[in-house]
Amino acid sequence: MTATQLVAVALMCVGGFFFLAGTVGFLRFPDLFTRLHALTKADNLGFGFIGAGLAILSGSWAVAAKIFLIWVLLLISASACSLLVARGALRNGITPWRKP
Amino acid sequence: MMAFGYALCLFLLANLSAGLLFVFRGRVAPVWMLGIQIFGTTGAALLLVLAEIQQEPALRDVALVCALLAAVTLVSYAQRIWSRPAAEEDTP
Repeated sequence: MTATQLVAVALMCVGGFFFLAGTVGFLRFPDLFTRLHALTKADNLGFGFIGAGLAILSGSWAVAAKIFLIWVLLLISASACSLLVARGALRNGITPWRKP
Repeated sequence: MMAFGYALCLFLLANLSAGLLFVFRGRVAPVWMLGIQIFGTTGAALLLVLAEIQQEPALRDVALVCALLAAVTLVSYAQRIWSRPAAEEDTP
């Protein structure tokens, strides 16, 4: 395994760890708003790391640019959609969880 | 490299399944909207990894479509389920 492949595999492992963190957060957090945090932040960061590893593996600037653009699209859409969901939830009476 | 790629795909699929299982068992209504977001992000990552290890560049376009569909679906659902009270008076 070359050094390039090693770096790419390391990046993808970090991305996988962030995906795991996002999923565990989604399953274990107490209410809708904290689950939105887990999904929007952790999952997109994991996607960024996996995308970086794949861009290094592919060895092509065109592929790396495409992966980067998909990641930016996911970031923007996740932010906008989480805002919509949270705003709708607040307006319709779902209150944030308080520590008992 | 192929073994690692397939292991990563299985791992992402397990994450996706865990999220979707929780969504379908959920009691709170808006949680299934988050399932759409999980599907978009994790599904796109899964497709990107598959595109690399199977040397199939078309799967990257599928990942892009997956991300776009998740965004559009979430916006339409949020607008539909949680439309403003003033807007409901406009509907016939």
